[in-house]
Formats: sequence, C-alpha cells, structure tokens
Amino acid sequence: MTRRAFLAAASISALALGVTACSSGSTTSSGGGATGAGATLTYWASNQGTSLDNDKQVLTPVLNAFTKQTGVKVNLEVIGWNDLQTRIQTAITSGSGPDVLNIGNTWASSLQATGAFLPYDSAAMTAIGGKDKFVKAALDTGGMAGQDPTSVPLYGLAYGLYYNKAMFKAAGLNPPTTWEDMVAAAKKLTVPAKQRYGFSLAAGSYTENVHFAFINGSQNGGEWFDAAGKPTFTSDQNVQGVLRYLDLMQTDKVVNPSNAQYDNGTKAVNDFASGKVAMILNQNNADNSIVSNGMKSSEYGVVPFPSPSGGQKIATFIAGINLSVMKTTKSKDAALSFVKYMTSAETQKTLDKPFAALPVLQGETPVFTDNSVEAKTFQDIYATMSKPLPLVAAEDQFESTVGKAMSALFAKVATGGTVSAADVKSALKDAQDQVTAATGG
Amino acid sequence: MSAPTTPRVTSTPPRPPTTPTAGTDTTRPRRRRGRVTSRDHRLLPYLLLAPAVVMELLIHIVPMLVGIWMSFVRLTKFFLANWSAAPWAGLGNYRLALDLNSSIGAKLLQSFLVTIAFSVAAVVLSWGLGMMAAVALQQPFRGRGIVRTLFLVPYALPAYAGILTWNFMFQRDTGLINHVLADNLHLVGDRPFWLLGSNAFTSLVVVAVWRLWPFAFLTIMAGLQSVPTELYEAASVDGAGNLRSWRSITLPSLRPVNIVLVLVLFLWTFSDFNTPYVLFGTAQPPAGDLVSFHIYNASFLTWNFGIGAAMSVLLLLFLMVLTAAYLIVTNRRSSRA
Repeated sequence: MTRRAFLAAASISALALGVTACSSGSTTSSGGGATGAGATLTYWASNQGTSLDNDKQVLTPVLNAFTKQTGVKVNLEVIGWNDLQTRIQTAITSGSGPDVLNIGNTWASSLQATGAFLPYDSAAMTAIGGKDKFVKAALDTGGMAGQDPTSVPLYGLAYGLYYNKAMFKAAGLNPPTTWEDMVAAAKKLTVPAKQRYGFSLAAGSYTENVHFAFINGSQNGGEWFDAAGKPTFTSDQNVQGVLRYLDLMQTDKVVNPSNAQYDNGTKAVNDFASGKVAMILNQNNADNSIVSNGMKSSEYGVVPFPSPSGGQKIATFIAGINLSVMKTTKSKDAALSFVKYMTSAETQKTLDKPFAALPVLQGETPVFTDNSVEAKTFQDIYATMSKPLPLVAAEDQFESTVGKAMSALFAKVATGGTVSAADVKSALKDAQDQVTAATGG
Repeated sequence: MSAPTTPRVTSTPPRPPTTPTAGTDTTRPRRRRGRVTSRDHRLLPYLLLAPAVVMELLIHIVPMLVGIWMSFVRLTKFFLANWSAAPWAGLGNYRLALDLNSSIGAKLLQSFLVTIAFSVAAVVLSWGLGMMAAVALQQPFRGRGIVRTLFLVPYALPAYAGILTWNFMFQRDTGLINHVLADNLHLVGDRPFWLLGSNAFTSLVVVAVWRLWPFAFLTIMAGLQSVPTELYEAASVDGAGNLRSWRSITLPSLRPVNIVLVLVLFLWTFSDFNTPYVLFGTAQPPAGDLVSFHIYNASFLTWNFGIGAAMSVLLLLFLMVLTAAYLIVTNRRSSRA
C-alpha cells in the first residue's frame, strides 16, 4: 500500500469514527408492528428496593412475563436516585433516552413543562385501562391541573414515624401524637455517651430535607407557591417549619451531628435497624431495608408524623413513583401496553410487596407488609393526612434549591455554628431568588 | 547526552529521474514504490493534520461556540427539548451573574475566590513536592525504580476510585483519618468533620495535591535529565552547597519546563470538577465550593442553562486573560535575561 493510500484511509476512518460518534443517537427502541409486537422497549426504573441489584431481581420476572404475553422485549436499567434527575435531563436534551421511565411523582409538573413526555390524552388513557382505575389523589399528582397528565401513578408512598418498640417500652413512653411529645420522647432516649440518639436524619440529602421543609411548613399552614405560581419560600410559617426541623439537631440535640454527612435515607434507616436510634422518619418503603438489616417487623411500630399542638394534621405529602412515556419513543403502542401492564392489578400486587408501596389503584388493600396495623396506619396517612407537593413547573427547582439550603444549614449546625430564624429566612430567600431567575420571573 | 534527532521532514527536492536499468519499461513513467512525488508534498501535511483538526472542531470548538450562544439565550426547562425556540436574553445572563447584590452573583464571586485560593495552594504544594522528589531521586540509588513507581501511582489511579477512597477515609465516625488521629495518635480529642465546614478546604487541597504532585514530579524529573552534570561538578569544586547549586543551576535550567508546568497545573486545578464532585457528593460545603462545580450547580440543578453558560464564558475569559498575562511576563523576563 502506498503511503498516500494509507494516509487517505487513516483520515477517512478517523472522520467516519467522528461522524458516527457525534450522530444523535435515536431512542434505543426498535419500532414494531401496529400492535407493537416484536418491538423492544427501554425502561428506566428507579431504585425502590434495597439496592439497584435488588430492583433488577424483582423486576426481571415481571418483565419476562410481559414479553411472554405480548412479544415485546424490555431492556431494563435501574438508576439510583442521586443520578436519576440528571439522566432524565440529558435524555430530554439529547432526544435519545428510554421509552418508558419511572419519575418521582413530585417531578411530574416540572417534567411536563419540558414538553418531552407523552400526554395521556383520552385515547392513551383508554389504552392503559382508563383513568378511573386510579386513586384520585394519586392521579392528580400526574401533572398540572387543567392539562392532560404526562405521568400515571405506579407506586404510592407516604412518610411515617418509625419507632423502636423495645426502647419506648423500657423508658415507659407511648408513641407520640404531637411534635412536642415526640421531642420529649427523643430527648429521654438520647444518650450521647453511648452513641445512642433519639433520631437519625438524612441531613445531607437534599431530597429528604426538602420533604420535611414542605411537611413542617404545611403543618404551620404555609404555602411554598402562591396561586400565580410565584415562589413564597420566605413566609414565617415556612421559616419556622424549617427551623423546627433543624432544631432537632441544634437545640433539642436528639440527632447525631454526623448525620449531616448522610446524603441518602438508607444510612438513617440502617442506624434505626441496628438499634443506634429510637426513631426515624421515612417513607413506608423503609420496611425492606429495616428487615434486611435484621430487625423484625414486630420490633418496630409506625405512627403518623406528628404536628405541633394546634397545627394542621399533615403527616406526609403524596409521595410515590409515576410512570411516563417519552414523546421520542418509536413504539408508542408497545409503550402504552407496557404502562397498562405495569398498572394492572396483578402486577401491582406482585410489585407492591418487595417495593413496599401503597396501592395506587382504587379498591386495593395494601400488601407491602404483613403487619395489618402498620398497613392500616399508612393507608390512613396516605388518604387523610396528606397534601400534594406544589403542582407547578418550578417544583423540581424548589426541591433542589431549598433542599440544598437545608443541607448547608445542617452542616453549619454540625460543625458548631448556630442557625437562627433570620439565617433560615436568608437561606430561603437565596433559594427563592434562584428559582425566580430560572423561571424567568 | 546525545542531541535529540530532528524529525525527518519530507521537504527534500525530488530526485531527478534515474536512467532506467535494463529490463524495465522506459516508455511509461513509473513511480518507484515509496517514492514521494511533488503532489504528495503539498497534501501530506494536510492529511496528517486532518483527523486532529476534525476531532478538535467536533469535540472542542463547536461545543464551545454552542456554549457561548447558550449564554445569550434564556435556555430553561421549557425550551430544553427545542433549543432554537429559547428567547434571546442579550447580556441579561451576564448581568445576573455579575450582579454582586444578588445572591447568585455574590455566591459566584465567593466561589471564584475559594477556587483561586485552592489553585494557588494546590499548585505551590504540588510543585514543591514534585521538585523535592525529583531532586532527591536525581542520583541513582538502589531501589530508585521502585520508589519512582510508587510515587507515580496516585497519578495513574482512575480518578473516581482514588477520590472516592478519600471520601471514605474522611468520614467523621468511621473514616481512617479520624481513626488514626483520634484513636491511635490521640492528636485531637473531638473528632473533626473533614467533609463539612471549614476543614473541607483542607480536604480538597490534600486530595488535589495527592493526585497532582506525581505529574509535577514526572515533568521535573524529565527536565532534569537535560541538565549537564559537569555544571554540578564545577559548582561543587567552587565550593557551592546543595541549596546554592539548586538555586543557581537547577532552577534556571528548568525555567522553560517550569513555566509550562506551573501554567498547566494552575489551569487544571482551577477548572477541576471531578475532585469536589466525587469528594463531596451532593452535600457541597461552601468552603470547598469550586467554581466548576458551582456552575454545574447553577445550571443543572435549576435547569437554567443560560446562566450556567454565561458563568462558564466568564470563567473562560478570566483564564485566557490570566494565561496571556502570565506568558507575557515570563517571555519578557527571558528576553531580558
């Protein structure tokens, strides 16, 4: 081969490599026939089990059954919570991503605003089994009011206060019904010398922190967005709500300062399961982690997260996971039949137990635990003591800015600083400014 | 020390056609295998450059231009799926980023100052350690090869694996650092936080220096190879001690190497994203808020890519001005010398 031919071949192959690398990848599904049979779907699942592997183990037989039924293959990818939002953003920007994906239901309105998800109009709703099969409160989280939802509920979740029965009994305490009772109980059960604390909080996790900013603020009667959709983070009710949560570590001293390093909820749950703390605040899917760490279901109890005396009885927001289809999917019919399958009663019953989820379908009883008292408690909390997170397009920015502000405040407390109401207000004002700038307001 | 061979350049004039040997066809002008014609001379440099230029364009230049365009529009989540529909903002994003009264501007400035302090500390320590190690290992001794290899390990380790390990070591209750300091050496009574609060800056510098100093060591070691040993012998004959010969022989000889090395180290540490991202995860402390990660926070977390791009362009301008000034100052000194 002459030198020239060799050089020409080298340049051409380099160019070809470059072009293929930069060509926008299409969605990794292959189109199927009209019924979608023979198509392949890519499904992004979120981490609902005890680990990403656990999710894979639970979902694979369910997906195989779907393939057997319809002939549609499903490629599963399980993504952890700290990455999921960024992965979704990238998929939206690049136009290449999954066909069907799980989203935190609190992100539904924000993601709807990007226009990248398929709206469930009446035709699509019929294709997945009709909207009346869903619990109304759960379905309402699927998008902004007055528009076709772009997500449907898949798993229901609610927060509860888990307490260690043995520790409470030994100290002669009853499960708390008000915030003040809860703090008093926690103080009694805190022995710093023995590394024993009343509470374990995921104080470094922005997602956990913002959930409690919302719940505490709502207990005070506060709102985070006004009717026009403008942020109202700095209202007194919100400031006091946040301060009350921070004070668990700051003034009540019932939380180990090291918790400021806990950047996900599992670490706090592990502390509870290994007997280091008496109480945790967690969504009902903590059951799996607790049990897998060796604590038996009979050893802990659950009560609603208490409000301060005279406050509104809000114990949780309507938490859960929703299922969305991306507009860029090449197999719309296959994707919708997959959504129908995942939201059918049989599949829901199969998945609710390992993922410890509350039912999102009407008329179903919770199966996530064998403990009927706990099941009823959570069902009551979900149905009667819940409030949806703001259904506005800026919701995800609210979560990230307020959540991070609280993580920073916890870090300040943990390293010996003090946080006053004015500090909280100024931090919330910063968050509010960022959200206002991002929404072009 | 043999002089480096100059690369063979194909600019020799074409040989005049030789008389054909018996048995070959003389009517057709035949090109001898491997002989370069004059046409090849003109094409060859371009062919050699073409892959690199194309790659540079596709991977660096074009995305950079897109980023600059992004800084002039309001690219938020509403337009993420359809970029061309984003409304024009002119200099609005820049004004917001530079407005020191707003929290966004004030935080950017603070992050910028933290990054400068971090870069200076990291570069000084890396260069210092690299220089000491290179000078110490200048003279051959038994086991020098093993020591050199050990020194290079941090640079060779995959970034995430190394930094994640440091994250585990810096944990307050279960980490190795506090275990050694508090339990074994009894140097501190109360276990300090390393990943939160003001200690976060120290942790960041430690991890950055750990990763970076082998590169300084390697570069200076290579540069030292070209310093003639006769100079050191002459200096010791004249009665110069170690420090004096280092100051008067090693440093000036390494001047060209050092100019580039310090610049590269500074640029790398200033725009370092991996270290704060992996070390601190999502719980970023203000004492360790480096400007690259700050920009990522300002854009990815709030879906406001316009202002993130504006901040990036400002960062780029700052580094360009700094580099230009640095090169002018160092060149002027060399022309005076």
